[in-house]
Amino acid sequence: MPLLAFVLAVGLMLLIVIVVVYAERKVAAFMQDRVGPTEAGPHGTLQPLLDVLKLLQKEDIIPAAADKKLFAIAPIMIFAAVFAGFAVIPLAPTLVPAGIGIGVFYLLAIISLDVVGLLMAGWGSNNKYAMLGAMRSVAQIVSYEIPAGLAILSVVMICQSLDFQEISYQQGVLINYFPGLEYELNWLFGIEALGINTTYVGGFFTWNIFRAPVMLVAFVIYFIASLAECNRAPFDIPEAESELVAGFHVEYSGFRFATFFLAEYAMMVLVCLVAVILFLGSWNTPLPNFGPLALANLTTGNPGGITGIFWGAFWLISKTLVLLFLQLWARWTYPRLRVDQLMHLCWKVLTPAALAVVLVAGVWRLLMV
Amino acid sequence: MAVVKSLVSGARLTMRHFLKAGKRRSSEYVSDESYFDQKEGAVTLCYPYEALPVPDNGRYRLHNEIDDCIVCDLCAKICPVNCITIESVKATEEIGSTSDGTKKRLYAPVFDIDMAKCCYCGLCTTVCPTDCLTMTPVYDFSEVDIKNMVYHFTNLTPEQAEEKKQLFEKQQEEMAAAKAAALAARKKQG
Repeated sequence: MPLLAFVLAVGLMLLIVIVVVYAERKVAAFMQDRVGPTEAGPHGTLQPLLDVLKLLQKEDIIPAAADKKLFAIAPIMIFAAVFAGFAVIPLAPTLVPAGIGIGVFYLLAIISLDVVGLLMAGWGSNNKYAMLGAMRSVAQIVSYEIPAGLAILSVVMICQSLDFQEISYQQGVLINYFPGLEYELNWLFGIEALGINTTYVGGFFTWNIFRAPVMLVAFVIYFIASLAECNRAPFDIPEAESELVAGFHVEYSGFRFATFFLAEYAMMVLVCLVAVILFLGSWNTPLPNFGPLALANLTTGNPGGITGIFWGAFWLISKTLVLLFLQLWARWTYPRLRVDQLMHLCWKVLTPAALAVVLVAGVWRLLMV
Repeated sequence: MAVVKSLVSGARLTMRHFLKAGKRRSSEYVSDESYFDQKEGAVTLCYPYEALPVPDNGRYRLHNEIDDCIVCDLCAKICPVNCITIESVKATEEIGSTSDGTKKRLYAPVFDIDMAKCCYCGLCTTVCPTDCLTMTPVYDFSEVDIKNMVYHFTNLTPEQAEEKKQLFEKQQEEMAAAKAAALAARKKQG
């Protein structure tokens, strides 16, 4: 089963990355009153695939003055760090590549390795733009890990678990299927005193943003911080093309550049998957059971069987694609922040707000038990 | 709060454009009433598949109607960039007449226009006495080989041209011989 999940995760990641690269170009075009790629394949759908093929054929240039070892290993390091993060992402109720109990902690730790790779690329290129880009990137990612980490911490406090799969099970009608949660009940907003039992209603009523409404704030904080963590506009100062050419990957070409590109988009997919799992009900259906109209049960399927895997993957990927669209929308709407604005947002707005959310989440957890 | 307001208004703006992206501008000509009313939708023109309409009397690529050409060489003389090359051969008799009734007395074994040099000033068309040299609404005629940018308008093959040349020379010789004979006869008389 872990092997199947691994193969699925690789295939899924590549597929979603291809879809997102295509969507990026089309969404950008539509928002700017253009039509985007139209020539390669029907409506230009083969464009990202052909772009990758083109990149793979290009010469792999290593600058004479570069630190060759660091230069060569950096893209692999970055991709490995991001891809390792996918190991703990549950795809469906019974499908997770590595269902370890401290998945959330592992994910935060392994994604931080990304920074090392960025610094290696920036330093190893021996180029002023790459160096500046890498420095900005590291400063930004390290800073934004704090509000993102605090937002995730508040989820962990509400769920009392570091296991992605357990957090997933808690947010839907399958809550009692998870070993150890057999007698757990979900209440509306997590408060038993309200007297509305949502254990068998499921749907979006049992998502974390509904189990503890303060999670909605945590979700917004996490989403903004995650944009900064994957160097997405409006937080793309590390690769600001108008000032730094391309930032840390300015010297890269061919296969190594393709690896950077893949890692960047895989990172986008990963942070969106994490947001969906932690806040938006993971692989659970958004449709609740209404009395005889058991929409939740219908769209959850048989938790051990093929229908369960199908519905789980379907809802997880759908919700992730919605968040990815939000990322694209933000990119093509907002101008890039200055360095001081970036730091202001992180340290004076998001971090205090995240601390407050952690406090409220702790109090909420006390009300839940 | 002002920050949130401006963020929301920006997001609404791009979303509005995103939702209207299915619409396309229809290719009305600028004289059309609705030309300035089409404010929504993608403005991209997918060129080879669709093109903006050009005026009916658009003045782009030159065309010479060689049957109407009297090979007067006026166009070649006035051309500021010397893109027209004409060689002429005198005919032994009247070849015919153009559509406006002018008599044709010259063949044009070479009538080349190098469209790569042309500056589209239109002077050649204004001086043309028979209106055979005109500008057409065709503007997309790029070529891979620049030699193909030279347009040949002659209706004679090189062999025909050589034949006409020899016919004319023969006629000249005959006339010269006749003249010489007449001169000799007059001398004899006198």
